[in-house]
This record gives sequence, structure tokens and C-alpha cells, in this order.
Amino acid sequence: MAKIRPRVRVPGKAAAGDVVEIKTLINHTMESGHRKDESGNTIPRQIINRFEALFNGQEFFSVDLHPSVSSNPYISFFAKVDEAGEFTFRWHDDDGSVYEETKSIELA
Amino acid sequence: MLEMQDSGGTSRRRVLFSLGGAAAVATGLTVVPGLGARLARASETEVTEVIKEMVGEMPAEGAISIDLPEIAENGNTVPLSVEIDAPMTADSYVQDIMVLADGNPSPRVAQFRFTPMNGKASASTRMRLVQTQNVVVVARMSDGQAMMASKQVKVTIGGCGG
Repeated sequence: MAKIRPRVRVPGKAAAGDVVEIKTLINHTMESGHRKDESGNTIPRQIINRFEALFNGQEFFSVDLHPSVSSNPYISFFAKVDEAGEFTFRWHDDDGSVYEETKSIELA
Repeated sequence: MLEMQDSGGTSRRRVLFSLGGAAAVATGLTVVPGLGARLARASETEVTEVIKEMVGEMPAEGAISIDLPEIAENGNTVPLSVEIDAPMTADSYVQDIMVLADGNPSPRVAQFRFTPMNGKASASTRMRLVQTQNVVVVARMSDGQAMMASKQVKVTIGGCGG
């Protein structure tokens, strides 16, 4: 698998109380466990099974993902920003790996 | 080209809810070709079981906005957005939105968990749809109240996990 690199888009600034959109993407095959290779062997499942978003250390949004989510899973959602701080995003792989990305936001 | 596996897609749940576990497995494996493909799919009954597991009983239809194409040319990546127009305050907010697909090998697609800090109960992703089927969305509020909505998507080329 190509090197896994999460990508996140968060506005750099927001007015206090604004609800901002956050868009995330991570390159991952999301191998469903339902496919077979050329010799007929089942390709083992390997997916991102959980995504979580934190602001200043507090989790405020999460997703349980199943094999029906497309490869290179895209997730977008919203956050109400009341103070400046740092977002942390985490993707959990079936193989135990955790991919993390952070983005900071300032008050306009 | 990689082929979708038919019989292996049978979920544990399906077996559990069939009459007698071992007998059901045996039947599943010896079924006539053609029927196999159907058996590997989730079903409406299975979707009902997952919903009951989550919220206790079948919820009433509610105001959930589901944005999905009517016809998906490529079932490998079908864009989905869900939104509920509800206040997101500490006293009352949308807690979960669960997305199910009744024609995929397993009905669960994704479960979004919200908090008041989301400001808005809205999320998007992209999903696989193996065939034409219903996408069912169940939402649960912080007070335990639940509602559901569904939308059919016609799939031209099925997404089989590739």
C-alpha cells in the first residue's frame, strides 16, 4: 500500500460561535474482506475502522466505519468554534496503526 | 479483475438469525448457483435487526435529509450526505446517525457520533453499493428518541470492494 497520508481542510480563522466545515480524506484501500485474488483466495479485510476528531484534547465527533465505506475514505462534518485552539484527527487501521493529523484555528 | 466473493460475505449475524446455526451454514454452502449471490447480501430483515439492536424498536419515519444520487453509475464510490435540522445544545442534540445498506454483504456502513460541539448534525462520506438497494438512515437523539428515513439508489455498476 502506498504511504498513508491523511489530508484535512479546516478554515484557518473563524469568528467565535461560527460553525465551520471540516473535510478529511485518507488514502487507504479499505479492503473489504469480501474479495478474492486471482487464485481464488480471500483477500483479508483491512480497513480504517474508526475516525475521531478532537478539539483542544476533547473528542467531539467520531465515526465507526465498516467495509461498505469506499476506499480513500472521505468524511466531512462541522464544528462550532468558541475559542482558538488545535484540532486533532485520528484514523484507526485494522492492523493497529493510528494515523494522526493536527490543524489549528484562530479567532478572527 | 478481482471477483466479488459470494458465499464468504455471509455475516455472522445472518447465520445467527437463521434457523439453527450449523444447519444454516450447511444450506448456505450447498445452495444452487445463482441463489448464492442473493444469500450473501444483507436483507431487510437483517437491517431491522441492526436497528432494533441500536434503538430498541423500529423508530417512526422522521425528518432526516439524505442526499444520495438517484442513479449511481459507479457503485464503488457513492457520495452520501445526511443532515438533521435539530438544535445541538447540551440539553438536546443528535447523538448518532447510523447508515445501513440493505443490499450489501453486511448492512452496516457507518455510524456518526455527534456532540453539541458539532454545531450542526450533518456529515458526508462515500459508500460502496453492490447493487440497487435502499440506504436506511437511523438517528438517535440525546434523550433516546429515534427516527429513521430511507432512500433507494439504482446502481449501474456494482461496487464490489475495489
